[in-house]
Amino acid sequence: MADITLSPDRLQRTQTPATRRRASLRNFKAQGLAWMLALPALFLMAMLLLGPLLAVVVLSFTDYSLGNASLDWRGLDNYQAMLGDDIFYKSISNTLVYVGIVVPGSLLLGLGAALLIESLTRGKAFWRAVYFLPVMATLIAMAIVWEFMMSARFGIIPQTLALLGFPAKNWLQETATALPVLCIIGIWQSLGFNMVLFMAGLSGIPRTLYEALELDGGSSAWTRFWTITWPMLAPVTMFVVIITAIRSFQVFDTVHVLTKGGPNNATMVLIYQIYQEGFDFFRSSYAAALTVVFLVFIFILTVIKARTIENKVHYS
Amino acid sequence: MRPVSANSSSGDLFKHAVLAVGSIFILLPFAVMIATSFKSPADIASGALRLFPTEYHGFANYAEALSATPLLRYMANGVIVTASIFALQLLVALPCAYALAKLKWRGRDTVFGLILFCLLIPPHAVAIPVYVLFYWLGILDSYTSLILPWTISVFGIFLMRQFFKTVPDDLIDAARMDGISEFGIVWRVMLPTALPAVTAFGIFSIIAHWNDYFWPLIVLSSEDYYTPPLGVATFRTAEVGYVFGPLMAAATIIIAPLVLTFLLAQRRFIEGITFTGMK
Repeated sequence: MADITLSPDRLQRTQTPATRRRASLRNFKAQGLAWMLALPALFLMAMLLLGPLLAVVVLSFTDYSLGNASLDWRGLDNYQAMLGDDIFYKSISNTLVYVGIVVPGSLLLGLGAALLIESLTRGKAFWRAVYFLPVMATLIAMAIVWEFMMSARFGIIPQTLALLGFPAKNWLQETATALPVLCIIGIWQSLGFNMVLFMAGLSGIPRTLYEALELDGGSSAWTRFWTITWPMLAPVTMFVVIITAIRSFQVFDTVHVLTKGGPNNATMVLIYQIYQEGFDFFRSSYAAALTVVFLVFIFILTVIKARTIENKVHYS
Repeated sequence: MRPVSANSSSGDLFKHAVLAVGSIFILLPFAVMIATSFKSPADIASGALRLFPTEYHGFANYAEALSATPLLRYMANGVIVTASIFALQLLVALPCAYALAKLKWRGRDTVFGLILFCLLIPPHAVAIPVYVLFYWLGILDSYTSLILPWTISVFGIFLMRQFFKTVPDDLIDAARMDGISEFGIVWRVMLPTALPAVTAFGIFSIIAHWNDYFWPLIVLSSEDYYTPPLGVATFRTAEVGYVFGPLMAAATIIIAPLVLTFLLAQRRFIEGITFTGMK
């Protein structure tokens, strides 16, 4: 027992009033000590997480804008304004498109890389490092490199596509292609992370399963994948889907540096709109209402994630 | 999966080929960045698809990158901010994690429940109220505003609590016998045994905060406190007409510390990311 409070049976053995008093005093001190250890964390949690979370919900029902000394209760005004806000619809649908492309893209490529690399006899560490590199590199710096690669006049990508007969355009400045380009950058950046999670999942599959399958005559890579690897990876896959979705929902860096939500709001996404409303236009209360919408999406995803972790226990 | 077929070496060759093709997509931006950082303006303006420069311009580009904006200052800021964040995260999280994992007290389950709830809160969601709070406190545009919001890592508390649970109670009892206080146990017994978990959390924390763009962008207005991501973004807008050579040199300098550390301690990084990523 590492618990400092005395266990009941020991208390019964030492039943004199004096020792009982001493024991309860020690217990009281131990209780206080535990609270002391947790106190800094609790204080900061209240100041920086729970308080602000409550504040963001409250703010969304007011007309507060930054710098104002007072605020008025406005009920659902902000939410009503949102329903009439075309940019809001645009940012929701763009965010969903972004999530809908980046999640399957980085999942499939990450899984493919993990399967290929794990089945190698030599060079595992080398390829793993190569594919993981974008995760380590500061996204803002790399976004600027992507922008350079996209520039119509000197960029390697339009120049190469021009050789294939495409017009030499900057695809980041075209309404139809700006969002897909951001998706490609998103996939590029996150597939290595997913690969590493899949590799951990693969190493957790008992090798005896493959040996048993072989005895049953199933030896093709195809059979092995669909009868053992894929079902055994299911919890990891679900986990990867959710965390990639949560991350993609928060796409901001590339939008801010490369497109500012344009052209024609083609790349306007939820966090970028919150940023604009809150920190460019200082309409804090409207930004707070948008944040509440964002929170609802994230909470749904996180609850699914928590469920997945619980299920995963059954496999290990 | 073990390769079962007898001709696994030719199978391996095919896999290496596929991975090599895929790595073009992964490595292209790095190759372009480094290649361009050595090219002259004329070379870049020609738009020719060439990896190596016709004339070496590397020194000029890197010198320009370091002198046009205080890039080294931004890097120093990045080190100050990420190191302070990580140190304070440990200072706050470890005692709390120890109390949650190894002590029995009234309210413990409620506190742990609160921590699990706080895990759900994405940082973007509390940005507006925290910004308003810092505005009224008058601490926007300072190191404090960059560091303070991240001193509480509920993820760190959760992670360390899970790890502390696996530390044998005998170790703690023995330390108490030796007369070490509960505070002492946290730092002299728990921290050393939890070093692998602390390292993993450190890797996670440092990557996140070295690369963070959103929060510094919001709270900072003076360049004195700029962190590397803001610095390179400013460099881009400051340079009239995009001087790509120095810009790519600046990008190379900014990603170098983390990327080089990763390449040197690859296994530890990947283990750390897997350990924290799966929680």
